[in-house]
Amino acid sequence: MIPSSFDYLAPRSIDEAVTLLKTHAGDAKILAGGQSLIPMLKLRLAEPAVLVDINRIPGLAYVEERDGALRIGALSREADLESSAIVRQWYQILVDTAAVIADPLVRNSATICGNIAHGDPGNDHPATMLALDATFVVRGAKGERQIPARDFFLGLFSTALDTDDILTEIVIPRPPERSGGVYLKLERKVGDYATAGVAAQVTLDETGGCARAGIGLTNVGAMPIAAVRAAEFLRNKPLDSATIAQAAEIAASEADPLEDRRGSPEYKRDVVRVLAMRALRLAAARAAGDSLPTPLPFTYAPAQPTMPS
Amino acid sequence: MSNHAIAVTVNGTTHRSEVESRLLLVHYLRENLRLTGTHIGCDTTHCGVCTVLLDGKPVKSCTLFAVQADGRNVSTVEGLELGGELHAVQKAFKEEHALQCGFCTPGMMMSAVALLERNPTPSELEIRQAISGNLCRCTGYVNIVKAIQSAAASMRAARHTPVYVPAQQEASPAAT
Repeated sequence: MIPSSFDYLAPRSIDEAVTLLKTHAGDAKILAGGQSLIPMLKLRLAEPAVLVDINRIPGLAYVEERDGALRIGALSREADLESSAIVRQWYQILVDTAAVIADPLVRNSATICGNIAHGDPGNDHPATMLALDATFVVRGAKGERQIPARDFFLGLFSTALDTDDILTEIVIPRPPERSGGVYLKLERKVGDYATAGVAAQVTLDETGGCARAGIGLTNVGAMPIAAVRAAEFLRNKPLDSATIAQAAEIAASEADPLEDRRGSPEYKRDVVRVLAMRALRLAAARAAGDSLPTPLPFTYAPAQPTMPS
Repeated sequence: MSNHAIAVTVNGTTHRSEVESRLLLVHYLRENLRLTGTHIGCDTTHCGVCTVLLDGKPVKSCTLFAVQADGRNVSTVEGLELGGELHAVQKAFKEEHALQCGFCTPGMMMSAVALLERNPTPSELEIRQAISGNLCRCTGYVNIVKAIQSAAASMRAARHTPVYVPAQQEASPAAT
């Protein structure tokens, strides 16, 4: 399949890229990792007149901590999260999330910022960013501004980004002591979008109660959903199994899924309930200091096949 | 529509071409350079038969424009054999019967090579995860995993020449 013709422009600075986006307002798309955009171009679901390739802009590929927060640049790839020592130590939920996105080949190209800016409710990072209370730094013709994750997603493939905006950086405050998070996903096969996914991030107080919880849901609505009622329910309660089960029920009620080939709304809501229960348990265990490995995605087949001897 | 002069180093040789912006890397390799070892399968970023190494990292060449590869290094299955000697991964795929129809094999081997150059002692799970973007509809993967384990052992035993050496970039005038 061959995309429609387009003009390819490769700016060398963010300012130049913003100017190009403004000049071609509405007719231009940003090309970063291209792992969602290029398939859409080939299927001709998108036929922009201009592609603005930001890959030649220096200084946008970084995953680093500065001023007490993790900063992820526009050209950082999913694989960079998996290999980052600082992310593995303090932000395990990001490793969990990256590890279940598409497949390792796609993750070598796909960018984290692109996963968010695309506005696809099936993408995995948005739920995690909601659970972590991330902020997005955006550069546009009017200058730079910061948009909290909870204000960013407006609808199906619709975000707070204007046509001349570039999402340049994700900022995630370092979770306090006694914090842990997990991302769990049910997928039909490797590389599939989630039947449902749940991101859970908790902070415990000195007595083991829940000082803060953040819960995000993937692919169970027109946009990523922050399960705020479930998170609020958990505040100042002990994270025992009865409380977690109740919170998971509330999270399931906050999902708003549609019927499709991945299942009925009732089924997907129940997947949210089960994943939320497991994710909260694992998040609490990590917060208490357990070092749990990155979870494998749940599939309909055994997750870990073994070799016949 | 725009045309672009590009210089892409493929298996150590720099090629200069004029390409249309929408030309995909896989079409550039197969049609412009006549390197047909890289296959086209699903054409929708799922199957991985078009896998090549871009600056040493495996990517799907159906999901990258040729113009994006300007100034960069591409390794394809044709570059695995060195001086008439098959790469350890190629030998192992042959010896362990890791293919039946062979359609996925070039992409599968490129993913395997990238894994073993990064991790000489992968576990079975790490191997399965590394090839999870490469679909095989014939073998059930069992012999593919065996072949990669066997290649890992022989690469550890012999001094292995990496397929992609970053220092080679200096030979390419386009790499800046």
